[in-house]
Amino acid sequence: MTNRRMYFKMIASSILRRKSRMTVALLAVAIGATVLLGLSAISYDIPRQMGREFRNYGANMIFVPADDNAKLEILAAKRAAEAIPADSLIGMTPYRYETARINMRGYDIVGVDFGQARKTSPFWRIEGKYPEAENEVLLGADIADFTQLAPGAEVNMTGLAADGSRYRSDMKISGIVRTGGVEDGFIFLRLDDLERLAGNPGTADIVELSAAAGADQLNALVSRIAGDVQGITPKLVRRVTHSETTALSKLRALILLVSAVVLALTMICVATTMMTVVMERRREIGLKKALGADNGGIAMEFIGEGILLGAGGGALGSVLGYFMSEAVSVNVFGRSVTMPWYFPVLAILASVAVTAIACLPPVRRATQVEPALVLRGE
Amino acid sequence: MDILKLANVSKIYGSVKALYEATMSVAEGEWLAIMGPSGSGKTTMMNIIGCMDRPTSGNVLLDGMDISNLSASELTHIRRDKIGLIFQQFHLISYLTALENVMVAQYYHSMTDEHEAMQALARVGLEDRAKHLPRQLSGGEQQRVCIARALINYPKLILADEPTGNLDEANEGIVIDVFKRLHGEGSSIIVVTHDPEVAEVADRTIFLEHGRISKIVLNR
Ligand SMILES: Nc1ncnc2c1ncn2[C@@H]1O[C@H](COP(=O)(O)OP(=O)(O)OP(=O)(O)O)[C@@H](O)[C@H]1O
Ligand SMILES: [Mg+2]
Repeated sequence: MTNRRMYFKMIASSILRRKSRMTVALLAVAIGATVLLGLSAISYDIPRQMGREFRNYGANMIFVPADDNAKLEILAAKRAAEAIPADSLIGMTPYRYETARINMRGYDIVGVDFGQARKTSPFWRIEGKYPEAENEVLLGADIADFTQLAPGAEVNMTGLAADGSRYRSDMKISGIVRTGGVEDGFIFLRLDDLERLAGNPGTADIVELSAAAGADQLNALVSRIAGDVQGITPKLVRRVTHSETTALSKLRALILLVSAVVLALTMICVATTMMTVVMERRREIGLKKALGADNGGIAMEFIGEGILLGAGGGALGSVLGYFMSEAVSVNVFGRSVTMPWYFPVLAILASVAVTAIACLPPVRRATQVEPALVLRGE
Repeated sequence: MDILKLANVSKIYGSVKALYEATMSVAEGEWLAIMGPSGSGKTTMMNIIGCMDRPTSGNVLLDGMDISNLSASELTHIRRDKIGLIFQQFHLISYLTALENVMVAQYYHSMTDEHEAMQALARVGLEDRAKHLPRQLSGGEQQRVCIARALINYPKLILADEPTGNLDEANEGIVIDVFKRLHGEGSSIIVVTHDPEVAEVADRTIFLEHGRISKIVLNR
């Protein structure tokens, strides 16, 4: 057996044959590595996943009438939208707002092209179905809760048409929309239904557009359309991109903080465990010194044990961390997590580094042990 | 030639004169016993001779070298080259086998050599216990592993502080026989003991009292 083998034999046996104490430290390191790898994998993957979610989040530009009291010509809006390259225009939805009485109560009703709305507002959660046939409506969730109306129910709708006459129609509730936003307070129907009942076809109050473009491109588009097209004011919907970046940076800061706290706790746990181990093994240290070990040799042994502990705990934690991030990803985003191959390696290296650093104070203590104590029989 | 020479060696802890003005010498190949009541300074003297502690004053010559004023790391080097230590509490490393415990001394000294370590165990009659952990060995067997470990690097001087203090009579006999054989082979041995029977087999006995050498008895 060479000296190197003897060295590994000693540090390995010291861990393996003294399980209970080392198990605590090993678990601490493993938990630290789990959280570290899990969180960094999630924070690495989240921008991609969230980016996709947010891109689905819908409209990032709206057209409103230049004159507050006027209506928008849908045809004009379509022409204005030609400024956007066809392959990056995901959807374009005109909205027309009116008021109507339904079962004798007044509500805001919205005429909409549902085919386009699905593209510009993919976050709508529908209970039942989107309106397909004539005279079907989609009820905002707040109204549904209040009126206790459910999909399939028939209602009576009356309102004032553009020419001053009253219209009246029986409508069927095809579904209920729930967004947590203003949509919950509206009743939606097909734009062509609304036009047939209320007249004044081809107009809207607002047009929502969803374009696959970066912030710079969107800005350029907005100023181009504003310059070129009369009667329409294009605006960027900042809410989405803005909240995307703030949400992400807040999430990342949180993850960084949690990781730092967990690593600090791991370090403290390893340091106290190793300190206890050193105190328990003072006789052994004294003996080794009496047999001729110098301070460097003693230090190398404890650091070696620490590194072994760090590597073992780190490897265990990497496996657990992978499953943790996978579970989170599948539950939150419905997709498998992807992480670069070197993440687990880094997690193990970080565990080794943290453990080695945590071992320094105990190692210092170990080198201070006097060999004379072995004869004193303390 | 003398393997060890103490000249006016004192060790003072505050007001306690653990060892005071001790002067003596040990010839090469001699077997010396040290006796004295508890607290008389026996272990203090062993620690100084064994390069594990430094005297407050006085000079210690070990194998012709003055070790009284060396640094801790210089003492470590001399200790591992010249001293073999045997303890009352054996001090085997609990997680290493008997063989590995012997090899630890080789490891810190120079190079491990399993074959040689095995031979050392054979010399104390423990070759069939080489793979056992200390807790699987009797007290006497543990002490013999400790002796094998002390001998493995061919020390100039063997120091044993109450090597039979924790052993029954049968094991005490075995250990004394090992010492007799070592003595016969020319080893220099210093044994601290409370047991007159153990002291008797040595060439000479030094008595300590309150840190002073009070009496020296030649046994043969
Ligand atoms: N580190 C120390 N600090 C202070 N006093 C000490 C120290 N070490 C030993 N002493 C004192 O020195 C004296 C001699 O102690 P020593 O251990 O040498 O006695 P001993 O002869 O080996 O006793 P025993 O037979 O009980 O082992 C004792 O009074 C002891 O209390
Ligand atoms: Mg003593």
